[in-house]
Amino acid sequence: MTTASAPGVPAATLVTSEQATAARAGTPADATARRGAGPRVRRRGGIAWLGLTPFAAYVLLFLAVPAVIAVGSGFFDASGHPTLANLAALGDPSVLRAFGGSFGLSAASAVIGAVVGALVCWALAALRPDGIVRSMIDSAASVLAQFGGVMLAFAFIATIGTQGLVTAWLVSTFHWDLNADGAFLYTVPGLVIPYVYFQVPLMVLTFMPALEGVKTQWGEAAATLGASRFTYWRRVALPVLAPAFCGSLLLLFANGFSSFATAAALISQGGIVPLTIRAQLTSETIIGLQNVAGVLALGMVVVMAVVMTAYSLLQRRAARWQR
Amino acid sequence: MAAVSAGAPARPAGPARPAGPARSARTSRPARTGGPARAPRFGTAPSLGTAAVVLIVVGLVFAVPLVALLQFTFRQGTDGSLTTAHYTALADPANAGTYQPVFDGLGASLLIAVIAVAIVLLVLLPAQVITALHHPRLRRILEFVCLVPITVPVVVLVVGFVPVYQFVAQVFGSGAWTLSFAIGIIALPFAFRPISAAITAMDLITLTEAARSLGASWWTVTWRVLLPNLRRGILAACFLTITVVLGEYTLASFLSRTTFQTALLLVQGTDPYVAAIFSLGALVFGFLLLVAIGRIGQRRTRVRRPHPKDPA
Amino acid sequence: MTTTAPTAPAAPASLSGAGAVVELDAVEKRYGTHRALAGLSLRVEPGEFLSLLGPSGCGKTTALRALAGLEAIDAGAIRIDGEDVANTPANKRDMGMVFQQYSLFPHMTVRQNVAFGLEMRKVPSSERKSRVVDALDMVHLADFADRFPHQLSGGQQQRVALARALVTRPRVLLLDEPLSALDAKVRVSLREEIRRIQSDLGITTVFVTHDQEEALAVSDRIAVMNAGDIEQIGTPEELYRSPSSAFTADFVGQSNRLGGDLRGGDVFVYGFRVPALDLTVADGPVLAYVRPEDIAFAAEGVTGRVVSSSFLGSIRRTTVRLDDDTIVTVQHEVGDRRVSGDSVAVRLLGAPVAVAPVS
Repeated sequence: MTTASAPGVPAATLVTSEQATAARAGTPADATARRGAGPRVRRRGGIAWLGLTPFAAYVLLFLAVPAVIAVGSGFFDASGHPTLANLAALGDPSVLRAFGGSFGLSAASAVIGAVVGALVCWALAALRPDGIVRSMIDSAASVLAQFGGVMLAFAFIATIGTQGLVTAWLVSTFHWDLNADGAFLYTVPGLVIPYVYFQVPLMVLTFMPALEGVKTQWGEAAATLGASRFTYWRRVALPVLAPAFCGSLLLLFANGFSSFATAAALISQGGIVPLTIRAQLTSETIIGLQNVAGVLALGMVVVMAVVMTAYSLLQRRAARWQR
Repeated sequence: MAAVSAGAPARPAGPARPAGPARSARTSRPARTGGPARAPRFGTAPSLGTAAVVLIVVGLVFAVPLVALLQFTFRQGTDGSLTTAHYTALADPANAGTYQPVFDGLGASLLIAVIAVAIVLLVLLPAQVITALHHPRLRRILEFVCLVPITVPVVVLVVGFVPVYQFVAQVFGSGAWTLSFAIGIIALPFAFRPISAAITAMDLITLTEAARSLGASWWTVTWRVLLPNLRRGILAACFLTITVVLGEYTLASFLSRTTFQTALLLVQGTDPYVAAIFSLGALVFGFLLLVAIGRIGQRRTRVRRPHPKDPA
Repeated sequence: MTTTAPTAPAAPASLSGAGAVVELDAVEKRYGTHRALAGLSLRVEPGEFLSLLGPSGCGKTTALRALAGLEAIDAGAIRIDGEDVANTPANKRDMGMVFQQYSLFPHMTVRQNVAFGLEMRKVPSSERKSRVVDALDMVHLADFADRFPHQLSGGQQQRVALARALVTRPRVLLLDEPLSALDAKVRVSLREEIRRIQSDLGITTVFVTHDQEEALAVSDRIAVMNAGDIEQIGTPEELYRSPSSAFTADFVGQSNRLGGDLRGGDVFVYGFRVPALDLTVADGPVLAYVRPEDIAFAAEGVTGRVVSSSFLGSIRRTTVRLDDDTIVTVQHEVGDRRVSGDSVAVRLLGAPVAVAPVS
């Protein structure tokens, strides 16, 4: 399963929260959005708090606490005393290799996924928005973006594994054995292929609204002002789409970076950070420091926070222009 | 922005050729006297032909792993022959022992799905609606909270879940269903967005005030105004929660519980064919579920967007 | 912030373009089986401000877009200064166009938006700068040159769009319902500004609108369109006072539809004899279109009761239910106050009326 970072929402209902908020900010509804319904009467406060308390308690117990423990455990040693010594794990060669592998895998799958996904979005724009082909493809994208890591791994073992369909075809047609140096799929570079498989649908889901938000009036205005199609793309369409494209690219990177299940099903040792965390939690003594899993978790959170902040900034910029 | 110039849809045929002279070359005939006109295009969309090519090519490439998986379920040995034996073996009681983990896992996952959906409907949905109605300023906080499970990946959260679940096991036992609490958290971002979009789209506050001014009680408002209008978002949220649960592997594997995905991986070692069959089944199920929900939503609120070809 | 500008100096010389002759010759456009344009023929004189007026679906926007090259036509010819442009793509037709909304490029400042057309024409940078400044001065937005479109109000955006369209000195200016998305007050001041700029520049202009009051206020001539063809074309006064068909009479200005009897060029309405405008309708029972200002209260005449009376600033409009239950609207001077329930008598003042056969 592509772990939680894949926002596989049916395209028709996908409005990123940032876009929804930004869109609201410009409309008359903004006043009501700030004001709330009805008078601010204390008596209704009771029911309201009753509705919010379960949520608050739930989130506190199952999100706040584990998150703090996860990120903070790196700062404690085995006996529970605070220490910074564990952070040295970040300098360990195998950990650095894992981060390098994660970055490489995420970046490669994100770039390929973004390019192919943008292409698919571009093609989809030619179809009737309420037609059957379009809604089928939207549904397919939603499902494939969520296509579980383990199940996806099986599909690719059947495709490019040692007995895979495509492997056999490549051998018979081009006399080239993909798995000559050992099964390609079970290496970190080989993971790029299944990763792209769920990155592309995610790109389609997140980038499509941006492409649809490019108003035809811009193209018509550009034409009446004398621009050729090429100039229109170069001066208008691409610059307008750039923030959304980069934002989606970052989202794909974050998605790839945090994925675990597909890799876990294919690779039994390490190579990327999530797998190293698994190794640390199942047998703690690989590196010799304490709570290395916590340190790795901290490292991952830092990377994700940076990426997601950049993503939300870009989304805000894109939403502003599309109002 | 290297990614943009390399990646944006500038590569295919469209903008690469200067469209001006090319178009007049295409249409350079004497003044039109009859026959349908070719509509010039000014938006970002390509021609239908180009679009079809792209979609078919990408579609075929994406179909390959699925076809391979399907073919695998019919495979016999390594000589390329096909058989339906793997499917019939499912029903064979003699193999029950091998397949039992998968059914157990599936059952556990379905139970977890039910509980997670219940959490979404009884904990998240009221919180979102109440925040939208009465505490709009808290909406940002709610949104932030629901986005945390994306920024903090499951592999990270799981490091913290291990001690938390030691505590949970003391209170609730160590059945797989207890995972539903944690998986509910993971599903939060996915459930949050459709409901949030539906709330924004229906202009919750105006409709509620209108209903209240007409004399409706809060109960009536909830049942007859809020829920029917939020239906599409709620259904989408439930669907996504179910898919998150069925596809969840990380938590279950770290916390050593048997769910659908962990069972699949386990069974794959002994009988890869049944693992493949169940994977396909889950995929088809997810697809049908989504199409069904999409159709329900569409039939209810069919908004006909103006097509560019509509006459002014 | 901007308000209605005082009378401004004449448009700068750098922007004045020569007006071109625009001709549409039997233009046809079909969408499937629907005929959006049905053999439309039209000639716009140099420097003229012509409005295409009509209800939704009459084809006015289609005609404008065909002129601009944004739609291809199925038959007929489009000529600018005698030159057939059917084979010229939109980006080579040298026309300025202002859209209803959303046409400014969101990622460019006002200055960059306005300069865009000049860049397309490879105007050197220094000349570009001065022409952009002139254009922005013309619409009184020079101070907003470095703002982005989303920072402007609707009216300001349309003014920038106008500057952008005119800075390239096009032969023709096309406006597709540019005021429809704006507030009422802004609409009035902006339409006057558009008219002023247009007449200063002398540029041939085609203006599409569904608002007859707007068309009457700014146009040299109006072409009333119906079902893909022109119903009537003429000056605002001609259309108002001498509508050639019931459609025009109904669409332009307000009318009371009263039953009457057409005989020999005159129509008899409630015993009053008034000349009929349309001589093609056969004698017999007809509907007569009488303007509210052509009915007056009198001591004797058709009797009825006042239903309601509206004060409109400079005039009053009173609704009267005649004894035969027909509702008529009477426009009269402000001082003559009528109260609901009053017994009154009205008479026709004798202005010629349009007639239509009773269907």
